[in-house]
This record gives sequence, C-alpha cells and structure tokens, in this order.
Amino acid sequence: MDFKLSAQQEMARTLFRDFAEKEVKPLAQEIDEEERFPTETLEKFRKYKFMGIPYSKEWGGAGCDTLTYEICLEELSKVCATTATMLSAHTSLGTWPILKYGTPEQKEKYVRKLCTGEYVGAFALTEPNAGTDSSAQQTKAVLDGDHYVLNGNKIFITNSGYADTYVIFAMTNKSLGNHGISAFIVEKNFPGFSVGKEEKKMGIRGSSTCELIFENCIVPKENLLGQEGKGFSIAMATLDNGRIGIAAQALGIAEGALDETIKYVKQRKQFGRPLAKFQNTQFEIADMVTKTKAAQLLMYRAAIAEDEKPRYSEEAAMAKLYCASTAMDVTTRCLQLHGGYGYTREYPIERMMRDAKITEIYEGTSEVQKMVISKYAFK
Amino acid sequence: MNIVVCIKQVPNTNEVKIDPKTGTLIREGVPSIINPDDKAGLEAALRLKDSQGAHVTVLTMGPPQAETALREALAMGADEAVLVTDRAFGGADTWATAHTIAAAVEKLPYDLIITGRQAIDGDTAQVGPQIAENLNIPNISYAEEIKVEGEYVTVKRQFEDRYHILKAKMPCLITALSELNTPRYMTPGGIVDAYQKEIKKITRADLDVADGDIGLKGSPTRVVKTFTKSPKAAGTLVSNLNSQEAADYILEKLKEKFII
Repeated sequence: MDFKLSAQQEMARTLFRDFAEKEVKPLAQEIDEEERFPTETLEKFRKYKFMGIPYSKEWGGAGCDTLTYEICLEELSKVCATTATMLSAHTSLGTWPILKYGTPEQKEKYVRKLCTGEYVGAFALTEPNAGTDSSAQQTKAVLDGDHYVLNGNKIFITNSGYADTYVIFAMTNKSLGNHGISAFIVEKNFPGFSVGKEEKKMGIRGSSTCELIFENCIVPKENLLGQEGKGFSIAMATLDNGRIGIAAQALGIAEGALDETIKYVKQRKQFGRPLAKFQNTQFEIADMVTKTKAAQLLMYRAAIAEDEKPRYSEEAAMAKLYCASTAMDVTTRCLQLHGGYGYTREYPIERMMRDAKITEIYEGTSEVQKMVISKYAFK
Repeated sequence: MNIVVCIKQVPNTNEVKIDPKTGTLIREGVPSIINPDDKAGLEAALRLKDSQGAHVTVLTMGPPQAETALREALAMGADEAVLVTDRAFGGADTWATAHTIAAAVEKLPYDLIITGRQAIDGDTAQVGPQIAENLNIPNISYAEEIKVEGEYVTVKRQFEDRYHILKAKMPCLITALSELNTPRYMTPGGIVDAYQKEIKKITRADLDVADGDIGLKGSPTRVVKTFTKSPKAAGTLVSNLNSQEAADYILEKLKEKFII
C-alpha cells in the first residue's frame, strides 16, 4: 500500500494549486456575491486544457488518471467551490456517460468537443417530483419515426444556460418502471428545448442552476444514448463516478477552510495572546486536521478504485458521505473560531460554510450514500 | 530554428529562511522551482516556437533532482530535455559552471541560446554571458523584449533609467529578465507527455573538458560566507553645498570612519 503520490501526480497538484491561487481565488468572492458564472475561468480551462483531464488523448483529453483529475477538483475547491462544480459537472456528468455508453458516431460527434472545451456538458436527471426518488421520471420520450418527442421538465441542472449538450433521462416505457427509462443526448438548439429560470441558492452561487423545459422537443433517433430502458443504470453509473468528484470538492472546501483558519488564529489576539495559543483552539484544529486527512484518504482510495476495478460504488459512497460531513463540520467549527469576523463577508469562511452544505445533497444525498454502503455491508 | 534554453533549479527563496546561527539558507523542506528569470527565458522560446516554429531544448546542470525542473519545462511545451550531471561537476562556481554548460551546449544544434539573467540563490548574473564567451558568440543581457527576423535577433536591453535596442546575428545568446513575460502554466496533458519523454543525460565522460576546468577544482572563486546584511540607517541628507564644500564634507566623513 503506497500512500505517496507519484512524481507526475505531485507535479499536477503543483499546477492545479498554482492555477487555483492565481486565477481562481481572486474571483471567488465576486462571483459568489454577484451570483455570476465565471466565464473567464471557463476560457482559461479551455486554454490550459483542463476540460477533459481524465480522458484519453485519443479524444482530446489530457490522458491523466482519475486521481489526478480529483486532485484538480480538490485544489480548485480550496479556493472556490463554484468553479469546481462547473468543471466536475462538465467532466464527470456531462462527458463521461457519452464516452462510456456512446456509439462510435456519438463519441466522434460530441466527446472530442467536450474534452477540448469547445462544448460544455451537463446532465439532467432531477425533476420536481424525482429527486432521491429518481426513478419517478415524469419526462416522457415517445418514438415517432426517425425521432423521439420529449415532454416534461428538469430542475436544479448544473451548467444549464452555458451547456451545449445535455445527457437527459426520460421515460420511454412507464410500465417497465426503472427499466423504462432511457438516456438521450440533447443539444441546446434542438427544437422544443429551452432553459428556464435560474435558481437562487444558499451556496455555490456562481454555478448556473436552471430548469430545463421540453415542449415537444425533437431528438433524433441517433441521439438515444445506450439502449432503450438502460437509462437508469447509465444514470446510476454516472453518479457513482461523479460523486468522487463531489467528495473531492467537499474535501477541498474543508482544507481551504482550515488553511484560512490556521492563518487567522495565529494572528488574532484576545486576552493578550493569539487564539492559537489557547488549548481549545489547538484541540479544535487538531481534531479537524485529523478528520480532514482521513477524508482525503477515503477520497483518494475511491479515485484509485475507479481506475482499478469495474465496480467502486462502495468506495465512492463512503468517500462522498465522509467528505461531505467533514466539510460541513469543519467549516462550521472554523467559522466559530473566527468569531464575529467570521460571520462577515470580509472573510471567506462564511462562503465556505454555505458552499459546504450542497455536498451533502447533490449527486446523491448522504442518506442515499448510507443506503449504498449498508447494502454492501449486509451482503 | 533551434533554441537551447538553460535553466536552473533553485529553492523558492520567497519561502526560505536564514539560519540565525550560521547565517546560511535553510534549504531543507523548501520547495524547488525553476529560477524565475530562466522560466521567462523558456516562455520566450516557447512563444517563438508558437509564432514561427522552433525546436526548443531545455538544459540544466545539476544533481539528479534537477530532473523535476526539466519535466516541468517539458510540460510547458519544450521539445527535448538534457540533464548535465556528474559528481565531477559538483562545487562549481560560475566560471566552472559556464565552462561545463558551454561544453554540453556545443554538442547540440543551436541558433539561439537563452538563459536567465541571474539565479535567485546565487544572484551573480555571470553564467549566461560566460557561456557566450566560452562559445565565442555575441551575447545580449537583460532582455526585456525579443524579436527574431530571419538570421537576426533584436533585443530591448534594460538599463536603470533607459533601454537600448540591440541587433545581433545568430548564433548568439540572450539573458532574460523575469519582466520579459508571464510564463504559461503547464497543462495536465503536458505533464503526462513530459513523464513519457526520455531525458538525455550528459556526464563528465561525454564532455571534452579538462579536470582542472570543472567542478570545485575548476573554480577560481570560493564562497566564504553568506549572511543577511544588517539594515542600514536612513542616512543623512546634506544639501546646498557647492562642489568644494561637498568634497570637503565627504573627505571629513571618510577620515571620521577611518577609511582614509
């Protein structure tokens, strides 16, 4: 068991950390306050070829391993969770299923453009009545000659409004339940497709989160992804891989919060000495640092498992569950160590705490992760 | 066009502390970086590669761990990397270093050699021009801007209060300032490529040099001590003196301090 990163992974981490500090951090507060999608960062992601990190060079990706990609999300999240959300939704949710389940024609048409960043990708499963109960799909897809007609809507879709392609799920055969759901690749210009209102959120406020509306949307037959009825398993497999990215995000948020807090308590003085000299501060920090390190090991283990085994749902679920709860716990306690100043927007810690919450919810709630883990435990 | 870029791996002196007992740098645990002036030189070479095509070879003289600096340069877009390494080169001052590097560069095809102005750990600014002298080619230092047209380079050379525009015929050597440009980031795919490339190694046996000209033996200078300067006082401003009065004043002060 080797706990060291390879020289290559270390060099990648240096790149991501450098980029995050210089290009992403200066914008973080502004994009949160203005609820603005960071298009300038998206441009830089394209320029420095960050849009297809774990995908092969054959498809225009960087050819890195999964762990390197997760380290990118970890480093970005230390300074700006919104930016990491944008990249992980595009890479893990928007691109992965097409690469994994697409026909050679679909891959040729979409994957290269997604990996180079010419296209931005998104993924749309959630509906007003289908959150954790994702199989309760009400969006319908009816085959009509050489195309499908889609009707329905999706909510809480990340990158919507900026995405060029969406992997959409819809019911093709209601009588088959889960096995009646199919996946489609929908381009933003397909007739009958539109992006609805933008959601106002507690955190990751710069992330674009909108409703999608399908009104007799025409989707060519060739854009069915995988086979009819295989949509649900495609969605679940995609989320398995995506949730390691969310674990990485949560981990980065916790680490970023600790970095800021350690800096703060060293210089903030009360009762004639720095807060860092008080035992409560020291014990809080010790506790949080240990917890965060444990979370990191779980996340790294899941990332390595993804490259080594065909099934890694258990590792991914554990990583997301623990990293998300660590992020929530650590940011809350870090804000407390900041005292009154931590409650103001003068310091980044309140944003980090607001950002942390979503990691316990999206791409499978913590409760869903517990369902997955206990299923494996009882096998 | 063939460009050879010479780089040095240095400790990140922004993070380095001075040992209060010995007055020397504490290098342990300090991350290593490509010397900033050198990185700007590398970026200049890569921009020439982008705009008019060039083969960029990056070279460094150093211990085995200097390989990391070469990998970073490859990941930024350099085509080839050379590590000049041997125990025999150890302990070299700028004279011996330049002699060794020149002997190594001679083995490569080059139209243009770019080095950094000076390293942040040595601060001598000598190696670049010394390499040029060893190779008997012209050198232009303190480059703030570089243009290449045909066989000629045109360089804006920085002075304290002005600049010169100088033109030289290739082959020649240019030393770069970190103000020359903002170096690009590596790309994740570039890092994958960099670790797949083989780094060419040049050792003592490969070079046509004399033992007495390399390493510690080949070093006419020796660093006796490094220390942080004690901060100077603000000084006294004396004005409104004519030249005779000013000369008298200065003479008085020199006598006072037992300098004369």
